[in-house]
Amino acid sequence: MTATDLIAFEPAPPEPRPAMTGPGHDRTPVQRAFRLILLGCLAVGVVFLAVLLAYVLTEGWQRLDTELWRNQASQIHPATAGAQAAIVGTLWLMVGTALIILPVGVLAAVYLEEYADRDKWYNRLIELNIQNLAAVPSVVYGILGLGLIVRGPLSLGPVVLAGALILALLVLPVVIISSREAIRAVPDSLRDGSLALGATRWQTVWRTVLPNSIPGIATGSILALSRAIGEAAPLVVIGVAAFVQFNPASVFDRFTALPIQIYNYASRPQEDFIILSSALIVVLLAILLLMNSAAVFIRNKYQRRW
Amino acid sequence: MSTTVRSTGAGVSLRRSKAHPAERVIEAVLFLAALVSVLTTVGIVVAIIGPTISFFREPAVSLWDFLTGTEWTVLFAEKKFGVLPLVTATITTTVIALLVAVPIGLGAAIYLSEYASPRARTLLKPTLEVLAGIPTVVYGFFALAFVTPNLLQTFIDVGTFSMLSAGLVMGIMIVPTVASLSEDAMSAVPQALRDGAYGLGSTKMQVAVRVVVPAAISGIIAAFVLGISRAVGETMIVVLAAGSTPNLSVNPLEPGQTMTAFIAQAASGDQPTGSIGYKSLFAVAALLFVITVLMNFVSIRLVRRYREVYE
Repeated sequence: MTATDLIAFEPAPPEPRPAMTGPGHDRTPVQRAFRLILLGCLAVGVVFLAVLLAYVLTEGWQRLDTELWRNQASQIHPATAGAQAAIVGTLWLMVGTALIILPVGVLAAVYLEEYADRDKWYNRLIELNIQNLAAVPSVVYGILGLGLIVRGPLSLGPVVLAGALILALLVLPVVIISSREAIRAVPDSLRDGSLALGATRWQTVWRTVLPNSIPGIATGSILALSRAIGEAAPLVVIGVAAFVQFNPASVFDRFTALPIQIYNYASRPQEDFIILSSALIVVLLAILLLMNSAAVFIRNKYQRRW
Repeated sequence: MSTTVRSTGAGVSLRRSKAHPAERVIEAVLFLAALVSVLTTVGIVVAIIGPTISFFREPAVSLWDFLTGTEWTVLFAEKKFGVLPLVTATITTTVIALLVAVPIGLGAAIYLSEYASPRARTLLKPTLEVLAGIPTVVYGFFALAFVTPNLLQTFIDVGTFSMLSAGLVMGIMIVPTVASLSEDAMSAVPQALRDGAYGLGSTKMQVAVRVVVPAAISGIIAAFVLGISRAVGETMIVVLAAGSTPNLSVNPLEPGQTMTAFIAQAASGDQPTGSIGYKSLFAVAALLFVITVLMNFVSIRLVRRYREVYE
């Protein structure tokens, strides 16, 4: 988890400065070259993205068929192998993770923004800790899951609940930080108005602050969730298998997920497996694109500027 | 009903009277939710520390050999526990990634902050964010299936797995991190500084290089450090593209296994609980955790020490 994830829901972009562009500002060849080099830096990222998308689409399109959904994974018949269990497993993970991060993340954000006294050492500890957790590599969360949840004290095994718990802990800092920003954006005049009418502190939070920060919270949570379901490393560490032949029926069932299956197929050299993993990447990216579009839509449609 | 309103420095803090016990319960519940993050850290430490201690208690292992040994063969019959090959591979891939991400990310940030028109910025920034949102397993697949055979192998003699391929792709993955944070820092530099330099006859390039970048240097360095810690902790790209042979070499054309790649590879091999292979996972994870936490503190310190405060 890193701060980059948080940039997407920066509340208000800085005031646009008057752009100092125009021919008058780049007079010498050196200045023009400098500008071109800078533009080239940006182009590297854009071109890389374009080539990546073009590659997975051209490789994967021939397997974007109904068998991909109808059939289950196979190590022997890559040409007809499907990914039903992986797609269903990813959806299970998504719902499970959302059910954990939404209440915990939002309540923690409410505490830190509306209740916490920042002079108290334990509140500062919580803040510092959230900052630090955001920098811990995802594979370490896998180790946490392996040692305490999958084996060890809880011994759940590599089931849906274990996967959802680990992914939830992984993205919780992002949810908390973005929810705090959404809550902070609600102006104090609304709180004062509510309190002046005799509302208690919690009534103010529940009926005034939270309803007004829902768009920001939703946007941040969806983006965090899309990060969670793209994660493979922690699931690999807790031992989620790639070739699960059945869909999970409850949170205590074993499962597999799209990133895990992509990882497994990607490490096989045969052409059919490259095609298959490309097709699965297209499916995964499509799910992520849908979620991100939903986040952007909510942000643009419901976000209020005070 | 009486509600006391106490004003503190930032905004309005509302201190309730004791009338509603239910409100105290709610506050306790909220506090517990915030505590989950602390418990996560405690959980990580607890999960790592037990198996790590018991790893170093094994007769075959000593802390000194672990830190200075040059062979890591935990998954073989004859086991050697020197972590250095994993460390050199981590350093090699991280350095390659930084050689890509630092200049490109900084260049992109200068362009976005100083040159791009507001319209171009609203188009280009989301594109970088899309790059940041792509799962790392997809980058790993792309490195192995496209970058190595179609780009690297046409120019140089390199095998299927190489630290170069993993490092290059990891560098591109980190570009948005470096670019976004550096751009934030540069955008925070007050316009008056630029105007002053222009007033003295500076060109746009001089303003960017000699005024804006130095003024934003603490934020830019923090972006670099965050980039390093992302590269050190990245797993899927290196496990797919750099291979799975521990290799005490800093030659980028050779395969190598990083700390994270070892954790992923050994864990997917289903080590029996309590076996020495299982415990070694946690020992390597402990080293990784300590390194990333230290770097995070360095980053926070650096920002505090060199921060220029503008009104």
